[in-house]
Order: sequence, then structure tokens, then C-alpha cells
Amino acid sequence: MTTPLLAASRIVVDFPGVRALDGVDFELNAGEVHALMGENGAGKSTLIRVFTGLQRVDSGSLAVAGTPIAPRSPRDAEDFGIRAVHQEIDLVPTLSIAENVTLGREPTRFGFVDRAATRRRAESALARLRVDVDVGRTLGVCTIATQQLVAIARALDATCRVLILDEPTSSLDADETERLFAVLRELRAQGLGIVFITHFLDHVERVADRVTVLRNGARVGTWPARELSRAALVEAMTGRTIAPTAGSAPGGTPRVDDGVSRLSVDRVTRRPAIAPTSFTMRGGDALGLAGLLGSGRTELVRLLFQADAPDSGQVRVDGVVVPPGSVRAAIAAGLALCPEDRKHDGLVLEASVLENLVLALQARRGALRPIPRATQERLAAHWIERLRIKTPSHDTPVGRLSGGNQQKVLLARWLALSPKVLLLDEPTRGIDVGAKAEILELVTMLRKDGLAVVFVSAEIDEVVRVCDRVLVLRDRAVVTQLEGAAVAGPTILGHIAARHGSEADA
Amino acid sequence: MSVDVARPRAPITWPLLGIALLLTTNAAFDIAARGWSAPFAPGGFLHVGWHDGAPIGALIDVLNHSGKTLLLALGMTLVVAVRGIDLSVGSIMAVAGAVAATRIEAGSPALVAIGLALACAAALGAWNAVLVVGLGLQPFVATLVLMVAGRGLAQMITDSRIATFHDATLEWIGNGRLVGVPAPFLLAVVAWVGLALLVHKTALRMLLEAVGGNPEAARLAGVRAKTLIAGAYVASGLLAGCAGLIVAANIKGADPFHAGQNAELAAIFAVVVGGTSLAGGRFSLAGAAVGAVFLQTLTTTLYARDVPADVAPLPQALVILLVCMLASPVMRRRFALRRAT
Repeated sequence: MTTPLLAASRIVVDFPGVRALDGVDFELNAGEVHALMGENGAGKSTLIRVFTGLQRVDSGSLAVAGTPIAPRSPRDAEDFGIRAVHQEIDLVPTLSIAENVTLGREPTRFGFVDRAATRRRAESALARLRVDVDVGRTLGVCTIATQQLVAIARALDATCRVLILDEPTSSLDADETERLFAVLRELRAQGLGIVFITHFLDHVERVADRVTVLRNGARVGTWPARELSRAALVEAMTGRTIAPTAGSAPGGTPRVDDGVSRLSVDRVTRRPAIAPTSFTMRGGDALGLAGLLGSGRTELVRLLFQADAPDSGQVRVDGVVVPPGSVRAAIAAGLALCPEDRKHDGLVLEASVLENLVLALQARRGALRPIPRATQERLAAHWIERLRIKTPSHDTPVGRLSGGNQQKVLLARWLALSPKVLLLDEPTRGIDVGAKAEILELVTMLRKDGLAVVFVSAEIDEVVRVCDRVLVLRDRAVVTQLEGAAVAGPTILGHIAARHGSEADA
Repeated sequence: MSVDVARPRAPITWPLLGIALLLTTNAAFDIAARGWSAPFAPGGFLHVGWHDGAPIGALIDVLNHSGKTLLLALGMTLVVAVRGIDLSVGSIMAVAGAVAATRIEAGSPALVAIGLALACAAALGAWNAVLVVGLGLQPFVATLVLMVAGRGLAQMITDSRIATFHDATLEWIGNGRLVGVPAPFLLAVVAWVGLALLVHKTALRMLLEAVGGNPEAARLAGVRAKTLIAGAYVASGLLAGCAGLIVAANIKGADPFHAGQNAELAAIFAVVVGGTSLAGGRFSLAGAAVGAVFLQTLTTTLYARDVPADVAPLPQALVILLVCMLASPVMRRRFALRRAT
């Protein structure tokens, strides 16, 4: 038996009132990609913080290649060869790629930064990842995927032995993800140990050698990735069997625009974000918007909600025209949007769960008619129970909740207004499997109550599960509408992947 | 930015402790110089005497002089809460004083002069709001424009001289007393209580904090973000107008050159000392009020200890630095850790 490259044993971390990690063991071998999985709040982030010296342990020990270590800062951890690349890329967008790669460790000559050496070092680091870019480019103008690879290149220097990647694929599209995986395989072949945190089950199958699952701060188990079925993995993460949701709802009634469409969109457009788009929905409909990042799906829902003002075209809810450019008018008409980036466009992170929950309701009533505190508490209690939001209290800052619970708070904010049309932009992104399932179930329930739901997701499986009609977007225009049996993964993917100009724009 | 660290409303403990510390220091100086009973004897810092039927003493001076900074700090708190800053309050003070003084010179009744002065101040606040909300200028730049231009405007109004006046009503604002309490302080406390009631009894606090915490999220939740931001600047202008009247009334004249000079800095200090972060979001009106009183206690202390006015800003800045350091997140975490272990 070889000594593991990184070994954690019986790690205990206590937070006030909660045990974040309860005697967790973890082993990483050299030349291994080890997936670390679990629902949000399971303890993955805390464990990573322990590895990188950001979190002190209450008991337990860490060892690198058999030598006990106790990193007290990221710098410390780096000295032991442990590097982490975080989900939110912590680079400087205004500097060049080369400067970012060497940031904090700039090669110097006579006390000045040696620009030539900086370039050389960055080029060789990126070459190791088989990335071919001009290192003189400003980082901010590069794609997220390139930025991600630059972040990895920065982490990889001669002393790096353990590379920790925290949800590196969450903002990448399929091609970019594949490219990242090729890089990981390459690094594995070079003998690095890689800890890979992800929510995507198929990613585990594609790159991981072993999987460790955490739940409620404890290790459920570690398995070779190949021997673990998806169902078993989900069960390990959630601790319960997830019943397959019944197939897509039957499209019983014919869909005719009989003048009482719940949502009617007529040639809405905004240059250059989205080409003229028209469609109608009836109460109880669920319409999927499928397409790659940048295809215009987010731009479209923002236009419908008037978050961006359309250049032309009309949005009507129950036949009433929504005045262009006014979010307040859109809300009054019965529209609600859960935005793609819930932290930047949705929640006030430092405000409490309760404040975030009643915000839209209070905004609609106006500042001078405050909702009585008791009513606020009752509302919060109702929605926290109804959506099973896990929060220590009503007054907890919403930023402290896990992604899934944050998303539920946002949903509750809108449901408290009894909207007619719910626009969900990537409502399941970056949240754990259990919360995902709950949100998908909720969509089905809301449809029964007569809501029209527009559902945007990069995960085709989800779109297929939830929606009975799908608009496929490509290059900022709707290219086709699929209905009935055509709403299936391969068909949708086919349309997404079709080449430019092979079809007329819808 | 770490999401784990929530920013609660800062307690007003630190500025309160600061005031207590200053009072203790003064008492100690008095005792060292003149014995145990000195602090409360005439001439002592804590002595409150009567003269012409009104209380006098260092403590009364503190209250008297903290009124104008308190008013400014209240407005500044609202502006800072919505991620702004208002550098123009000192110049608005000068304009308001100039308007009131020249109107009285021209024979207007005091109430008309006061009303006009406040209307001008509110209009200047609205000007800031147009630049910030309407044109999207950075608050620092937008209000810097008025900070410079406002002083010129005040000089135009008074023909570049100090406009003196005699009017009992207006003078009361600066020098009057009600049951012994100096009028400036009384006005400031009325403004504070009124504003606090307005903010707490309506949903303004929640909505302002939402706009300051995350403007885009607030907008997309249907909050009238632009209206609230504009309202904060108008309120700040109006409160600066009140402060300007106090200063003019106090010296029975409007000095367009010096009225309200550096007042914006004092107001910002009071806000920060009171625990409201310049990053916006969570705010504390009480903190700003206590912060303003703290600053004035400090100034009066330095005068009482015969520190020359030219040198006083240095020790002032050092004490402010100390309070801000004690209240900073880094220090608070250090205290918390020590308590935990």
C-alpha cells in the first residue's frame, strides 16, 4: 500500500451551534482525480478550507505524503504543495494573462519585474495545460473557460502536488468542459493529485477515479467511480431514494391562441441581445428555453421581465400590455423573474432571509405601507415550511444559506406575490441534487395552480422533465419550437448543435 | 468577497465608550490640576452652571456645537446607505445661510427667509440626485461639483461679503434655549427622532438597505431604487440647509467663505464612527448621532486642554482612527476569537 499524497483523518470542525465536519476521513493518491460530492451544506467547502489553511480544525490531522501538516493560511498550504482554484475566479481581469499567472510571484531582475521572464513562465505553464493563447491579452476579455484555465495555470507551479478544483465546470459549456477534462487527465498522468468538486453526476463518470460523498458533515463513503451507479450516488448524497418524476405532462388540450393567452410575446427584440421572438403560453404551460451560454436565453427572459427594455415588440399578460422598460409594471402585470445570477441580481446577501422574502411584496405596497412585523414573520414561516427552506432563523443573512436554499428564498419572494407567469433562469444551477429535485417538483405543482412557467436550463434533462414545449435558441435567436414527442434530449441537442444557417430562424 | 461573513448593524458601543473615555480623561486632567472636586467645580469639564437663566459649561458647549454635525450626519447616513457620498453638504450650508441672511437684509419675514433657504438647500440636493441618478455620475464626482460650485454660488448671493443680520427668530435657531437645552441640539434631536420614526415606522429602512446592499437585486424585486436614492440626496441637502441656518444664526451673519468648511468630512467621520459602512447597505442613524456627539466632545476637549486650533486636527484624527480601528471587522473578530478561546 502506497502512502496517500494527501490524507485527512478524523477531521472535526465545529461552528457555533453546528458541527460542520464530524470526523471526516479523506485520502487522495498521486495520479488520481478524486471527486468530492455532497449536497450544499454537506461540508465540502469546509473540508477544502481545512486543506487550504483557511479553516482551523477542532481535532483530527492532515498529512502530505506521510508528513503531518497543519496549514494555518493558504500561503502555508501552498508551501506544502496544496493549491485551490475556486468557483469564483479570483484573478485580476484588468491584468494580462501572463501577469495573472505570475501574480504574487513575479520574476524579478534587479528588483524590477522581468517582463520577458513573466511571459516565458506563463507560456510554459499554459503549454503544460495544452492551452494556446496569447499571454499578453487582457484576462477580462477572455472567455470564462480561458480564465478558468489561467487560474489553474497559476496554481500549477513546480511545487504543486495537490490541485483542488471547486466546481470548475459550473460556468463552462460542453466543449469547454471537455477541454478542461482533457487537461485534468493530462495532469493526472503527470502525477498530480486532483480533488474535484462538482454537482454534475456525468462529470464524475467522465473524469473521476474515486468518489467521496459527504452528507451533513460526515463521510458517507468512498467508492471507485466506475463501480458507482448514478442512482447509488444520488442516494448517498441525499440519504433518500429519489423517485423518478413522472414523464412530461400530456399536452391534452390543443394549444390555440384563443385570445386569453396567459403570456403572449409578439416580436420582442433588443439589439444585439436577441432577434425578434414571438410565442404564447396558457396558464399551466411550462415552456423550456434551451441553448448554449450566450445563445440569448437569459437575454430573452430579461426582456420579458423588462429588466432590459425591448427595442420593439410587445409582451402581454392575460391580454394586458406590459409597458416596456418598467420592472415594476411587469411585476404588477404578474411577471416574476428568478435571475440566472441569484447572488448579483436576485438576493441582498447581507439582508436576512425574512427581508429577502418580503422584499418584492413590500416594494409593491410601497415604502409608506409597511407590512406589520407579525405578518412578515407569518409569511416567512409559511414559505420556509412550504418550500422546506433550511435556515437557522428568519434573521439569518441569506448569504449564509446554501445555494439551494437561497434559490428557494428567491422563489418564495415571488410566490408570495401570486404571480401569473414565472420566469426561471437556471433555477437549479450550482445547487445540490436534493434541492434540484424539490425545485423541479415545485414547478410541476405551480403549473397545476395555473401558473405559466418559462424554464431556462443548460441541463437538457431538466428541460425535458419539466417542460412540454421547448424553444431552442442559437446565436441570439429562437431557431425552432419543439412539442410533444420532439421534446427529447437528443432532438434538442441536435438543434442546439446544428450549424449556422442550416435552418431558417423562427 | 466572502459570503460567510454577514455584516450586522454595528453596535453604537464604541462611540459611546469613546465619549465616556473623553469625559473621564477630562475629569482626570481637572483632578490632577486642582484636586478631587475640580471636575464638577466651576471651570471643570463636567461643571454645569447657570448664567442669565441658562446653563453653561463644557458639556453644554458640546451639545450646542454638535447640533450641526448631527444634522449633516443624519443626511450623510441615508446617502451612504444607498452607496453614495455627499461632499457638497458644507457648501449647501453656506448657500442656505447666505439665502436666509440676504432675505432678512432685504426685509423678508424670518419664516419666509428660513423657508426659502431650506427650499434652496433641498433643490441643491435634488441637483445632486439628478447627476447621480439621472446621469449616472459617480456620487463622489457629482457632489464634488457642487462642493466647489456651491461656495461660489454662496458668494454670488452675498456679493462676496459676510452678510450680517439682526432677527430674533433666526438668531434663536443658533443661540436660543428651550428649558436649558441649546436650540441647535434640540433641532438636531427633533430631526433625528423624526427621521428615525419615519425610517422605522415605514418600510424605508428595509428598502434603503436593500438598495444599498444590492441595487440591481432591489430594482429587479420592484423596489423604486432611483426614487429612494434621489430622496436620500434631497434629504441630505435639506438637513445641510438646517445646519447652515444654525451656523449663520450662531454668528448672526452668513460667511460664504468659511461656513460649513470641512463640515462634510466631519459628517462622514461621524457616520463611520457610528458604525455605518461606506460600502452601503446596513445603516444606523443612532450611530451617526452618537458619532457626531463624540466628535464634538473630542473637539471641545482639545480646546479645553488649550490645544491650539491649528494643531487640533492631528489629535482629532488619531482618536478617530483609534475608534474606527476598535470597531473594524478585523479587530472585532480578534476580540470574538479571544472570547471564544
